[in-house]
Amino acid sequence: MFDKVFPFINSTICTAIPLLFGAIGEIITEKSGNLNLGIPGIMYMGGISGIIGGYIYEHYSSSPSTFLCVTIALLASLIGSLILAFIYSFLTITLRVNQNVTGLALTTFGIGIGNFFGGSLLKFFNEPGKSISIIKTGDGFKASLPFASKLGVFGDTFLSFGFLTYLAIIVAILASLFLNRTRKGLNLRAVGENPATADAAGISVVKYKYFATLTGGAIAGLGGLYFVMEYLGGAWTNDGFGDRGWLAIAIVIFAIWRPALAIFSSFIFGGLYMLSIYIPGLSSSDKELINMLPYVVTILVLIITSIRKKRENQPPASLGLSYFREER
Amino acid sequence: MESSKKHLKEPLIHITRRTDIPRVKAWCIRLVAIIASLVVCGLVIVLISKYNPIEVYEKMIDGNFGTKRKVLNLLKGTSALLCISLAVTPAFKMKFWNLGAEGQVLIGGLASAACMHYTRLQFGNSISSWQLILLMFATSVVCGMIWGVIPAIFKAVWKTNESLFTLMMNYVAIQLVGFFIAKWVPTGSGVMGVINLDTKCGWLPDVFGEKYMFNVIVVAVLTIVMFIYLRFSKHGYEISVVGESENTARYVGINVKKVIIRTMLISGAICGLAGFLIVSGADHTVTKNLAGGMGFTAIMVSWLAKFEPFMMVFTSAFIIFLQNGSSAIAMKLGLNKSVSDILTGIIIFFIIGCEFFINYKINIRAKQKEAK
Amino acid sequence: MAIAAIELKNITKRFGKVVANNNVCLSAYKGEILSLLGENGSGKTTLMNMISGIYYPDEGQILIDGNEVVIRSPKDAFDHKIGMIHQHFKLIDVFNSTQNIVLGLEGEKHFSFKAAAKKTVLAVSRIPKNILRFFKSLVKTVKRIPRFPYFVAKFFKSAAKAVCSFFKSPEYAWHCLKTAAKTISEAYQTIMCPGYLKRAEKAVLEISKQYGFDLDPNKKIYEMSVSEKQTVEIIKVLYRGADILILDEPTAVLTPQETQKLFAVLRNMRDDGKAIIIITHKLHEVLSLSDKVAVLRKGEYIGTVNTAETNEAELTEMMVGKKISLNINRSEPKDPVDRLEVKNLCFVDSQGVKKLDNISFTAKSGEILGIAGIAGSGQRELLESIAGLQHVQSGEIIYHNPKTGEEDELCGKSPIKIRELGVRLSFVPEDRLGMGLVGNMDIVDNMMLRSYRKGKSMFLERKKPRNLAERIIKDLEVVTPSAQTPVRKLSGGNVQKVLVGREIASSPTVLMAAYPVRGLDINSSYAIYNLLNQQKESGVAVIFVGEDLDVLIELCDRILVISSGCVTGIVEGRGADKSEIGFMMTKANGGFSDGEQ
Repeated sequence: MFDKVFPFINSTICTAIPLLFGAIGEIITEKSGNLNLGIPGIMYMGGISGIIGGYIYEHYSSSPSTFLCVTIALLASLIGSLILAFIYSFLTITLRVNQNVTGLALTTFGIGIGNFFGGSLLKFFNEPGKSISIIKTGDGFKASLPFASKLGVFGDTFLSFGFLTYLAIIVAILASLFLNRTRKGLNLRAVGENPATADAAGISVVKYKYFATLTGGAIAGLGGLYFVMEYLGGAWTNDGFGDRGWLAIAIVIFAIWRPALAIFSSFIFGGLYMLSIYIPGLSSSDKELINMLPYVVTILVLIITSIRKKRENQPPASLGLSYFREER
Repeated sequence: MESSKKHLKEPLIHITRRTDIPRVKAWCIRLVAIIASLVVCGLVIVLISKYNPIEVYEKMIDGNFGTKRKVLNLLKGTSALLCISLAVTPAFKMKFWNLGAEGQVLIGGLASAACMHYTRLQFGNSISSWQLILLMFATSVVCGMIWGVIPAIFKAVWKTNESLFTLMMNYVAIQLVGFFIAKWVPTGSGVMGVINLDTKCGWLPDVFGEKYMFNVIVVAVLTIVMFIYLRFSKHGYEISVVGESENTARYVGINVKKVIIRTMLISGAICGLAGFLIVSGADHTVTKNLAGGMGFTAIMVSWLAKFEPFMMVFTSAFIIFLQNGSSAIAMKLGLNKSVSDILTGIIIFFIIGCEFFINYKINIRAKQKEAK
Repeated sequence: MAIAAIELKNITKRFGKVVANNNVCLSAYKGEILSLLGENGSGKTTLMNMISGIYYPDEGQILIDGNEVVIRSPKDAFDHKIGMIHQHFKLIDVFNSTQNIVLGLEGEKHFSFKAAAKKTVLAVSRIPKNILRFFKSLVKTVKRIPRFPYFVAKFFKSAAKAVCSFFKSPEYAWHCLKTAAKTISEAYQTIMCPGYLKRAEKAVLEISKQYGFDLDPNKKIYEMSVSEKQTVEIIKVLYRGADILILDEPTAVLTPQETQKLFAVLRNMRDDGKAIIIITHKLHEVLSLSDKVAVLRKGEYIGTVNTAETNEAELTEMMVGKKISLNINRSEPKDPVDRLEVKNLCFVDSQGVKKLDNISFTAKSGEILGIAGIAGSGQRELLESIAGLQHVQSGEIIYHNPKTGEEDELCGKSPIKIRELGVRLSFVPEDRLGMGLVGNMDIVDNMMLRSYRKGKSMFLERKKPRNLAERIIKDLEVVTPSAQTPVRKLSGGNVQKVLVGREIASSPTVLMAAYPVRGLDINSSYAIYNLLNQQKESGVAVIFVGEDLDVLIELCDRILVISSGCVTGIVEGRGADKSEIGFMMTKANGGFSDGEQ
């Protein structure tokens, strides 16, 4: 029994972390009233840029240092996801283009970039082989606390993770504190609820929207980075990230736009995602049904919140709308 | 006084909405955007492949029109994408964000495949192909309708956010497909394989001796029907009024809830039809990736065409042209074919971005001090 | 005399060709309540919006405490301690009152050692008192540890800067040191204190106590009544330290009891030395509350009088002015019969505000019934109720059908049901492009908005609408490139002609028009008056909601005056006295609610 439970918990955590990054990124973005459906693309971009950064460093350096590997991959990932988030922000905030269309185009674009470079990077550097693998960087990201391995099952299950895992939780807590406990967070929520009122109160709507979308994009990109570095150990497979980006958006709804609840929800979703593998004796059709659960549950949450009409649990009121001051 | 002086500075750029731009000028702006996007795409291609972009564009054209087969491929892709774009259009015109076309198509395809699968088990060869095709058509359309109308009912009654709802419905549909494939395929490989390969029962017949032609004809007819529906029917008129202003709809006594539900029934039905066409007319099987992201691309196609069915013919053909062309160059140059997604993305960014310059006017202020 | 808290000098504001304010001069003093009185469209709100930074004047100066200032944004207005409470509240529904009050404010800018020392002493003295509380706060502190790094970084950065520049520029070093010290206080405040909201909450309660408000700082806006929301707006302004308060028709949404409470608070604020400007139409309120009254008429400043030295008659005359002759044709009604009878109509809107209170009147065929009233007195709700767009709570709307001679009850029926009964009711709504027409559709398509359902065919019949569009363009002289032009591209007057033309084309028996000449130039206005007169002559019962009393008196056969949802009188149009109507419009609730002859 236990020989299954602990690996299950372990892989649940591994699956949950990218979702958590994505969900936190999307929550911060949505709190400013921007429905960024480009998050799946941004997560791909975050992953592939990290891979590219790490690969180039490992390729050119004769003896790559682990610390630099990690730092470079991290920076490259942040830059990559920031570029995509900037494209989205510029189009929707400055040019006031429809958010859904921009987001979907961004997802196409991001996934395209991910799969393109994932498939062709080795060719650019004239290296043989089919799939990229940057073990050194991957190891750097996977390095766990030194005493974790000495703690037996407990250590293996709960402490055998790289720093990004802990960072995800910290980011979620910080996001929660930021949104609920600081003035800036209050202002940001006001922008997402009612930009005209926020504008009248002297809050720069454009600045906050840019800030939230860029920060959200950077955080979501880390989810992609986590997936390729820690989950896959520094490797890239095309479309390997799958539909996790959309699952992250589902978590946002499930967590009713609250970062603290997102931690909890992403573990549930991660668990559901992995559950079918760890339940013995399941037919493959049952597995598919179990994998359907996260989405069904999300739909139920969406329906229940809209029927109950509790104001605190609704999406930000101006979600999906662009703001133009002179149309007040 | 000091502090107040600095407020005298006028913003350098002042943006105002404009309502009266000549059509020619608007199209010029769009043309400029397309040219600019092609230039950027060219740059990207040079950067990643170091080939001459003109040569690359030539290869793209060749990849689409080089052989009869390639042209047919272009037609096949265009007809599928156009069909889904036509499906999402009435809902968008009503400002109902149906992001669930992907799922509605899948369910339609699944229904068709189910018909093929179960009739084969039940009746063997005793059912005629036409009977089966009619059955597949009917079930696909009904299933697509059901999948489309569920979010619409919740939107109409409780104002449930439709874009998130329909988005989630996509993934439920994907898993449902996975579930049935796993049920039907005893080996557990998760791949359905071509159904009725031997009898070709339930396969749409060749027209003019060509495969896919049936699809093309159906979609061509659908385009005309949709144009007439939106432009000349009372329903189409109601859709426009609801989309423009719910207040006006109330004023003239339109039942907004009814219009939302009815329109999504139509939208879902056409998506189901698209699923049927793909299964019966092209793939003859069902996979989780049946719609291949076209449900999302269709949204962009519809948007770029400003909801005009005939414009959609061009926009959808353009996107399929890009995709097929890029896979051609990818093959030739040994690159990954995802380059088409990158190019599509860049072109869409430019085209949707240019709408800003059509809808808004940018006034750059001359440096003049305003009189106190 | 003391220097005015705020003084406006020769302020002029134009919107396109329309002059909203012409050369207005106005002063408000500390410890005084100034009422700003004027009819609709006299430019009161525009003037106040210029003080609060929403608009910028084209000409003229604004002086605060004798110094000239420039106010370009609401923020500038705050900086000059001006606060305005708008008619439409600017609040965020899902936030509680405290959150709304502090919205958009920066953190505490002024650090005082004294206050910090006091707080520290207080905190220390509490430790022996209550060890448990100390531990609790310790736990809370631990919870806030994640915010430490930011402050530590900031502190060291400033400290490092101070050290580096110590010899080069001692002043800068001192500045940096101060920043470092501030960082400590900031860290203390954010990490030790339960947060800025708690402090704001305290301040809010203090303000409430000081002025006698009754407000729960943790109540969400969406749970609040209108008067509570207004309280939040007022406290928001006070919290920002406003010395000059502007209230735009604050009593329009309040019950008499709530109004009394508000006035008590306003008097408290006046006694506290604030300058208060209140926009209102209600004369009795002006007289009971204010110290001075300034009157605007049609954008012009008429004068300021001391409340103690004036009376209602004088104020009404200042407000409405002398009668001006407009030469609008008016024929005698031909054998009028009762067409539409409204009995005891009551309507409460979704906010719970009573918009219509026991309204009764009769509209007769072949006459124009005018409805006069201050904007928002229930005119819109009345017309929408008759048209079947609102669910009224009680009352009857009876239509006397001239064809069948039957009486039909319209109350509780949808617009389609009403049409199916054979009632030919046309309605020109106030919101032309948002309700009456679809801006992005062309004139032809707009023509069939009402009639497209006719016939069994699934398809639209565009031939008749096209002919109709062409006829309207020709007959009403609509200036448009073609009938295929989207209506939003037409000018205001032409949009209105299209709308009125369509409504008349269905040969109605009752025609309701809400502010049909608002925003129109003189020629277009006369064109509309003529159209209404033609309808009247052909036996239609016309209901005309207007704002210009001169027009109402010259155009209408009878004028129904409403105030706060009540009928305050019905007068004959011929020989009506402008001041009398003005007086009825500003009358308090229920003055003559059963005043029908």
